[in-house]
Amino acid sequence: MTGHAERAARFAADEPRAHWHDQALWFVRLKRDRMAAAVPEWEALRERAAAVKAHARARLADYLEQFEREATRRGLRVHWARDADEHNAIVHRILSERGVTRVVKSKSMLTEECHLNPYLAARGIEVVDTDLGERIVQLAGEPPSHIVLPAIHKKKEEIGELFHRTLGTAAGASDPTYLTQAARAHLREKFLAAQAGLTGVNFAIAETGGIVVCTNEGNADMGTHLPPLHVACMGVEKIVPRLADLSVFLRLLARSATGQPVTTYTTHFHAPRPGGELHVVIVDNGRSRLLAEEGFRGALACIRCGACMNTCPVFRRSGGYSYAWTIPGPIGSVLAPGRDPVAHGSLPFASSLCGSCDAVCPVKIPLHDQLLARRREVVRAGGQPLAKRLAMRVGGWVLRHRALYEVAGRLARLALRRLPRALLYGRWNAWGRQRELPAAPAESFRDAWRRTRGDGRG
Amino acid sequence: MDSREEILAALRRAAPPDPGLPSEPVRGTPYADLALQLAEAVRAVGGAFQRVPDAAALREGVAALAARLEARRVVSRVPEAGAGTAGAAEVADPHQLEGVDLAVIPGRFAVAENGAVWVAGEDLGHRAVFVIAQHLALVVPAAEIVNDLHEAYARIRFDGPGFGLFVAGPSKTADIEQALVIGAHGARSCTVFLVG
Repeated sequence: MTGHAERAARFAADEPRAHWHDQALWFVRLKRDRMAAAVPEWEALRERAAAVKAHARARLADYLEQFEREATRRGLRVHWARDADEHNAIVHRILSERGVTRVVKSKSMLTEECHLNPYLAARGIEVVDTDLGERIVQLAGEPPSHIVLPAIHKKKEEIGELFHRTLGTAAGASDPTYLTQAARAHLREKFLAAQAGLTGVNFAIAETGGIVVCTNEGNADMGTHLPPLHVACMGVEKIVPRLADLSVFLRLLARSATGQPVTTYTTHFHAPRPGGELHVVIVDNGRSRLLAEEGFRGALACIRCGACMNTCPVFRRSGGYSYAWTIPGPIGSVLAPGRDPVAHGSLPFASSLCGSCDAVCPVKIPLHDQLLARRREVVRAGGQPLAKRLAMRVGGWVLRHRALYEVAGRLARLALRRLPRALLYGRWNAWGRQRELPAAPAESFRDAWRRTRGDGRG
Repeated sequence: MDSREEILAALRRAAPPDPGLPSEPVRGTPYADLALQLAEAVRAVGGAFQRVPDAAALREGVAALAARLEARRVVSRVPEAGAGTAGAAEVADPHQLEGVDLAVIPGRFAVAENGAVWVAGEDLGHRAVFVIAQHLALVVPAAEIVNDLHEAYARIRFDGPGFGLFVAGPSKTADIEQALVIGAHGARSCTVFLVG
């Protein structure tokens, strides 16, 4: 079975590109650091955000009911979907009942998770992704490789070539400003022709029954203020109790995501536009199951800023596609095995457990604890490759038998000193592939202790 | 059981103990000079900042901006800033706003920490006007600057049209190799006029 390590190896094989990817994300991480350092109450904001999310999790059903009540009072129409299929069917029904065939969509990881685009396309509805990065990967026929920077894996020359082929830009042109302006003109036509706008939801407010959508490009606004129909899709976990709670999350979100003090457009929808309709589809799709998992429910606090990806030494060097899951990086590696511990069993191991993700997470999800806990689950579920399972079994056996352990230690020290390099660093030794084995000490700690009786004068 | 009931029941079954909702308000760090900090923050998010003493100076400033941008079609939602081009705002369908070169929009207040301006739906006519226009001018009274988002949300209500947003600078993207490009889908420039 192909796991993260194999897919990462393919990405890393192109060394200059892997290095460039690493640097591009590190650049975003540094911007985030500067922003966080400029807010004296940063840690208090994180504490508060985590506390609000922990409370909201405990009362999710109540808050969703309150949201529905308030939203309905304001003229929004609320729908409920147990899973991806139901979500897709609801969105399709809303669109098809109104004869909609042309839709513009702003970024929504939920609709990616539900595979809404192909579902609608198969039913004769054109969905155009309007976030520039998402449009790039859509034109290339690829999924996003990062939740905030969907086309971070692509070089400008590749985007130039793609736009030349699909949008008719000048051959060989790769200037980001030129390419962005070409996309602006192309997408403006799509915005003006769209009959409906789809968006995700960054926050839904129980107290006021409204939703908030954040973008830098203005694509959610272009997509929703022109056509008469707006459909917004949200996971159940997007609820915050009060309007005032937004101040905490919005101060954290953009600073953590891209190193900006706030997104350019932070749009609050509390009513459909005059003469229009605003539908909100609330989706479970496994979230209530995650809520029931004591060790992992904290992951529901995620506000999808992507900071854990930008800082992760493994993500930066392996690329979003190596995770083979809608949400990559540390948070994705916690979420995906919850769906299927065997299919996504390699993801919790795609981490050095350095804890950098915990340190940058604006809502203080204990990611590296959760990654470690997921490893245990994957092992229990039999999601480990045979070689690793055998090695662990033999290792456990040796460690349980003192005499065996001593002999093994002696043999290992001898082997490290005497065996030819070709044999020591053979194909069987995954550890030695990228690093040197340790120099063998002359004696073990146990031998040294016996010789000196622990008086330290050895 | 329908989906709504099933989801709510599943969430109730799975709900952990409630640690309670923190109730004391969060406080930010106050700035000594709000207008100065606002000017800095607006520029930091890619916007332009211009302080004008009164309505006459505002009119001049907006006219000069329109001239500099070679704006032919101007929508003004701020009477003191000038009337705009005849009939530009009175369209039945927001699609007819395509081709507006400059929109002059009132901001209810500005946020010093991040350069964002709160725009209320009832001030817009069509919601689309702030994003479809090629360039944007936001007009904020100098007395209406708050320190941070905590203070901002204490002022926000959703009565009336039930719509409002923060605008912080011009539309932008960095989706191609992290190179910042101004003018992604919305305004290519955003000038904040602080009046008073």
